[in-house]
Amino acid sequence: MIELKQVSKVFPTEDGDFEALSNIDLTIEDGDIFGIVGMSGAGKSTLVRCINLLERPTSGGVYIDGANLMDMTSAQLRQTRRSISMIFQQFNLLMQRTCLKNICFPMEIAGVPASEAKKRALEYLDIVGLPDKANAYPAQLSGGQKQRIAIARALASNPKVLLCDEATSALDPTTTRSILRLIKDINQRLGITVVVITHEMAVVEEICTHVAILDHGHMVETGKVEEVFSNPKTEAGRKLVFPEGANIDQFPVADVVRVVFNGGSSYEPLIASLAIDCGVKVNILGADTRNVNGQAFGSMLLGLPEDKAESAKAMAYLKSQNNVTVEEVPDYHG
Amino acid sequence: MAELLQNEEVLRLLELTKNGLLFAIWETLYVTVISTFFSYVIGLPLGVITVVGEPGGVLPLPRPVMAVINFVINILRSVPFLILMVVVIPLSRFFVGTSIGTTATIVPLIIAAFPFVARLVEASLREVDGGVVEAALSMGCSPLQVITKVMIPESRPSLISGFTTAFITILSYGAMAGAIGGGGLGSMALNLGYQRRMTIILWVSVVVLVILVQIFQSIGSRASVRLDKRVRKVDRKQKRKANKVEKAGFQ
Repeated sequence: MIELKQVSKVFPTEDGDFEALSNIDLTIEDGDIFGIVGMSGAGKSTLVRCINLLERPTSGGVYIDGANLMDMTSAQLRQTRRSISMIFQQFNLLMQRTCLKNICFPMEIAGVPASEAKKRALEYLDIVGLPDKANAYPAQLSGGQKQRIAIARALASNPKVLLCDEATSALDPTTTRSILRLIKDINQRLGITVVVITHEMAVVEEICTHVAILDHGHMVETGKVEEVFSNPKTEAGRKLVFPEGANIDQFPVADVVRVVFNGGSSYEPLIASLAIDCGVKVNILGADTRNVNGQAFGSMLLGLPEDKAESAKAMAYLKSQNNVTVEEVPDYHG
Repeated sequence: MAELLQNEEVLRLLELTKNGLLFAIWETLYVTVISTFFSYVIGLPLGVITVVGEPGGVLPLPRPVMAVINFVINILRSVPFLILMVVVIPLSRFFVGTSIGTTATIVPLIIAAFPFVARLVEASLREVDGGVVEAALSMGCSPLQVITKVMIPESRPSLISGFTTAFITILSYGAMAGAIGGGGLGSMALNLGYQRRMTIILWVSVVVLVILVQIFQSIGSRASVRLDKRVRKVDRKQKRKANKVEKAGFQ
């Protein structure tokens, strides 16, 4: 279990101190795939580096299985880091070593005998699906293959935790999906806790069980992905989950409501039945649908008719639906 | 032909080749190799320290220590070699027992070259991607492991290029050692060729020096490229093989 308690990080700059993280409290249970999302500059990378103390928090505590990393000597810290692997956006492979030697690297550091290290490295090459690349150099691989080697290297130290710092941000969508599948597979097969840092909501939807939203160094929301995504409570959360949420400004409409689907429902029948059952025609101003862990989620912006009676009827109908939350959008600027 | 053999200059050259030239080459190489070796013994660790000892480096050292190291390197680098040779005469006497002769030139050469080497090493190590160092630290590398297993191996091609530059610079500095009675091609050119006006000897020594530099430079460049695994060497080899097969097919 990973616990961050009141973690703050302040960077001194020329124009005064910059608080990259302020009082972050976070608990990540064993076996979770935990997503940390936020806009660029929100402090995600700093936060993930605080977990293995590559970045030492200015204050607060970082507990891995109850032990506070902040209190450790550098030797103890090095020992602990061996159980927390990390993969990076730029892969960070050793360019002058073959793939096999790259995977052997963490074992070499830990003092595993060379022959055993090699044997295990070959197994990990198999797990990541590149058994034929043992003697290739990283320069000969594509981005996705490099990240696979980086994952194999990360697994080589038998970690309990895998930290992914924008691990798929340099990859194309297809490769991203295959890397995410691999990470999910590793999580399920080896029971490794995964922490994913990303600015792509799609990544969180694809693999995460839990998510935390970071905004300007503050953790504004956290919880299960379904909960946070179906009903983001904060402005920052809404901006991330519904990036195009309220920017459809070409229709002059009187009343605007946001209909949020909380899973299990589909979109068209609702609007169609609204028209058929109530005879109310609504304007769809925008819709954003997504699939989270097999359930349908999304939101829709509806422009209600100007007639008050009709719009009240529509509201009543919408509110009576299961799996649907309706809220008015008073600050909608048409 | 016979006339040519009686030509005084040519005779002198032949004589020289027999007795002096090979020995001069050997002396030059001896001085260069020993000086380069010791320059690296001192300069390599120093260069490493200038990179890892910085604030935010892998092994941050106290600021005053870093300031002193950088100051010493800069001072030594700014003293002209000819003056340095004279200044370190007492030091040469202390280390090798004499202040004149071939072996005595090794001391000023090392003192002139190790700061240069330190800067070359520093430049090479700075090329190492910070992300790779971060990755190594995240795996639990100690500072020493980061230096020996990541920074130095990863900058190997650049270190080899730097080594070639250092070797050639020391070779040409060593030529100046003729001024304090050191041997080698430089002193041959200076003492026999210039001062005793045997022009042909002057030219021969210069040409031999040029050839030596060319040889070492091409060996160094080739090694640097060949040992750089960022270059897609295997691809090229396979392509060549494929080409050969194709050509064979045409015949």
